[in-house]
Amino acid sequence: MYTYERPKVEYKGLSRIIVGLATKWGPIGIPLLLRFAWGVFFAALVFVVAFVWLVQRLINPLLPWFVRDLVVVVGLLAFVCVVAIIGIWGERKVSGRIQSRLGPMRTGAWHGWAQSLADGLKFVQKEDLIPRDADKPLFRLAPYVALVPAFCAYLAIPFGVGWVFRDSDVGLLFVLAMLAIEVLGVIMAGWASNSKWSLYGAMREGCQLVSYEIPMGLSLLAAVVSVGTLSLTELGRIQDGGWWSWLLFQNPFLFLAFFTYYIASLASCKRSPFDLPEGESELVAGFHTEYSGFRFVMFFFAEYAGMFAVSALATIIFLGGWNSPIPGLASPLWFVLKSTFLVWVQMWVRWTLPRIRIDQVMHACVKYLLPFTLLLFVGSSLWQLYDNPDHPLFEGFGAVLRFGLGCLGLLLLGLFFAGAAYGFYNRNRLVGQMVRKHLPGA
Amino acid sequence: MTPSDIIELLKQNHASSVVSAAAEGPYPHAVIKAEELKTIAAFLKTQPRLRFDLLRCISAIDWPAKNNIELAYDLISTSLGHAFAVKVVLDRADPQVESLSAVWPAAEWHEREAFDLMGVVFLHHPDLRRILMPEDWPGHPLRKDYQDIVEYRGLKFNP
Amino acid sequence: MKEIELQYRHPPDLLHDGEIPSDIRTEELVLNMGPQHPSTHGVLRVILQTDGELVLKATPYLGYLHRCAEKIAEKVTYRQFTPYTDRLDYLAAMNNNLGFALAVEKLGGIETPPRADYLRVIFAELNRIASHLMATGSYGLDMGAFTPLIYCFREREWVMDLFEAASGARLTYSYITIGGVREDLPEGWVGRCREFLDYFEPKITEYNNLLSFNHIFINRTGNVGICPPELAVAYGLTGPCVRGSGLPWDLRKATPYCRYNEFDFDIPVGRGENGAVGDCWDRYFVRVQEMVQSVRIIRQALDKLADGPVQVKVPRMVKLPAGEVYCEVENPRGQLGFHLVSDGGTSPYRLKIRGPSFCNLSVLPVLAPNCLLADIAALLGSIDIVMGEVDR
Repeated sequence: MYTYERPKVEYKGLSRIIVGLATKWGPIGIPLLLRFAWGVFFAALVFVVAFVWLVQRLINPLLPWFVRDLVVVVGLLAFVCVVAIIGIWGERKVSGRIQSRLGPMRTGAWHGWAQSLADGLKFVQKEDLIPRDADKPLFRLAPYVALVPAFCAYLAIPFGVGWVFRDSDVGLLFVLAMLAIEVLGVIMAGWASNSKWSLYGAMREGCQLVSYEIPMGLSLLAAVVSVGTLSLTELGRIQDGGWWSWLLFQNPFLFLAFFTYYIASLASCKRSPFDLPEGESELVAGFHTEYSGFRFVMFFFAEYAGMFAVSALATIIFLGGWNSPIPGLASPLWFVLKSTFLVWVQMWVRWTLPRIRIDQVMHACVKYLLPFTLLLFVGSSLWQLYDNPDHPLFEGFGAVLRFGLGCLGLLLLGLFFAGAAYGFYNRNRLVGQMVRKHLPGA
Repeated sequence: MTPSDIIELLKQNHASSVVSAAAEGPYPHAVIKAEELKTIAAFLKTQPRLRFDLLRCISAIDWPAKNNIELAYDLISTSLGHAFAVKVVLDRADPQVESLSAVWPAAEWHEREAFDLMGVVFLHHPDLRRILMPEDWPGHPLRKDYQDIVEYRGLKFNP
Repeated sequence: MKEIELQYRHPPDLLHDGEIPSDIRTEELVLNMGPQHPSTHGVLRVILQTDGELVLKATPYLGYLHRCAEKIAEKVTYRQFTPYTDRLDYLAAMNNNLGFALAVEKLGGIETPPRADYLRVIFAELNRIASHLMATGSYGLDMGAFTPLIYCFREREWVMDLFEAASGARLTYSYITIGGVREDLPEGWVGRCREFLDYFEPKITEYNNLLSFNHIFINRTGNVGICPPELAVAYGLTGPCVRGSGLPWDLRKATPYCRYNEFDFDIPVGRGENGAVGDCWDRYFVRVQEMVQSVRIIRQALDKLADGPVQVKVPRMVKLPAGEVYCEVENPRGQLGFHLVSDGGTSPYRLKIRGPSFCNLSVLPVLAPNCLLADIAALLGSIDIVMGEVDR
């Protein structure tokens, strides 16, 4: 009889220590952790709050900057990880509900909230497979090149006034540049996998991401031109007068620029309908087919971090950032709420639309989106030229238009809630409801 | 057209090729000479009253008792709606017949299957190689005297 | 004798506007779309020669699911072979059973009672609905729309429950046997079936809104893999593939069997509404419309259902007189044919199975050149193969 014998793996160095600790203390520690999960959670919360208070109390404001930087970076890293974890769980729940099923329900009692954690643990203990003829240095390097820039983008994103790692005059440029480095990681991954299918994914990826950076940047530039600064904090601060002062409603060109930016950012994040580089039905998983275990987790995290980063950018520039719709109640929570809403819309779009073919993707970018965004940019610039007290007639017209756009925004929001209410009240009748009538016992 | 009409038309135009015919019964067919197969096929396809444009199936039947292999070509006309079958009898030791892939391209894969599983060689076939069995499989499995192999590429079968 | 002129329209040449400059050196890539692949619908291997994204040649390699059904048929008895027919096109098992039963009954001169015939029609059409749901859902999946697949599977669950109540199995039923159907319906089954039909009909409109008329889907599948009707018939395509090319050829209307001539239904054909006639969208949409027609047929059959025996007395060891027969039925994927040769014994002397997917697949090397790589998935999905039938 033919039996499979698992090859014995010898760990060396730091891995050996970690694996030794995990195998020794894991079987005792993990059940304990799960048994006292709530306690651990609250203890961690208390610890974090105490640590922050302690740091604030004990650290002299003149202490070296690197302590403050360290704390903020650790906090941002934690935030990005939490965003990715909640994003993955949210994606599975959202996709489940759209597809008339429930999504994860078991791991962690309440709606499977611990599913991502469990998946993370599973990935970490997987065998590290590298294809035999793969380019090993590049193969190992690629996930880091994809993940680290996605994290670096968060260094310049302000969550509120003063809630930013480094407030820079060219913050927008920095964020866009960081998001663009991810392309390198993807191409490296596709090339180093020594698989023609991964190579296809990488090549399509290269085309798509790089070309959609242009409409993305141009749409943002339309907003920059109307404010006159690349600083993200300044862009946010300008919109602190209530929802009618949000840059979205200043200008019909900016209104449209938001939507073109959103579409271009979908393509830049390789999200459906632009997910041909990781097209599951054709290329299995595209450029990250050969990646398993923790390396795959890094790509996955990079994707969700990137999603949140581009939504954060849209929030700051178009939707008022950390400002509330009613003037005065600014808080980072508004920022997180708005960004989460945009991420949720990204997921909604993903599970509704089919995939666009690569030549149609390029066609759409170069022939439609690019000229359109150029037009918006020019229009926004010209608007600035005339929308000042030197041209009172135009200024009046501009004010009326702004009011109209503001009302349009309210109307869209109202429609959104009306649609949600309609779906809720008719939830037994529409496609997407969970049908149980025909099951035995129903 | 009824099967007897079809056989009548066939006999009118190619009387020498028809060996035998059966119009009644569950399987109306005509047995024709193997050398005339392609001419008959073209005739069946292009004759305006017949117009058999859909080749449904090519079945190879092994008769070791009669020492021959029969090929049955089942045809149907999508425009006129009638169905018919044409059979050819080949020598079992060296079954060869002209390929009909120039007349009905559907025959390509059916003939490949007949070659693969029964060993019938189709002359002038564009790409005659095995289709269901692996390329280096010995023998033709659907023959009645086929002996199953015990070892293939290092894998042993335990009968 | 005139050779066939295969002139068909190539999709617009999207990549090369005019000549490629002579100083650009391009290389062909040989790509293996191996037996394991998400969009080959089973274990099919296609070797593609591509120039970048443009496919130059596609060669399919079959035989990975060859299970020697025809050789086995020569060893087992007629009744014992019915479960093997289930596993040919495992998504349309009832239709396969029907084809084999009709072949045996035609050779043996066995006549089935009317109730059995109507039950056969009901189950065959229900299985057509289930098979087309699977085909359209997985086609959406190939195109990247994950949600319609789950919706189609949800409806399919209902059909499977109906089948399980009647036959005891969810996928391979062996319900339609020689002489009729295996056993009568349980109580309340007809009511549940009508409930399903009432629930299902509006869903088709919703699938159309979600997938069929979605512009992205139309861009992916319209004008891709155009198969003119002459080419389709020449290559032996049947079923939605040939009807998608505009030819109204359906065996249930052309040579009716099993009382299909008593039912009133239409044959949907491709009309080239979103591209050329005979493109992938047409083949896909023919399947969607066929589901509507199947609902019609089932409703009529349920009305015609009257009390009576469901099978005629056939000896346990079926012995057929010497002779042969070729019997075809209209499967969801095309015409399934059984060429049954009997020498008077208890097992077939030779049983040749004409699988519709086998013949439909033969057109792939003809339609694939000049497609983009992403279109191969669209092409395979629209031809809708099941490897169980291709390899038998």
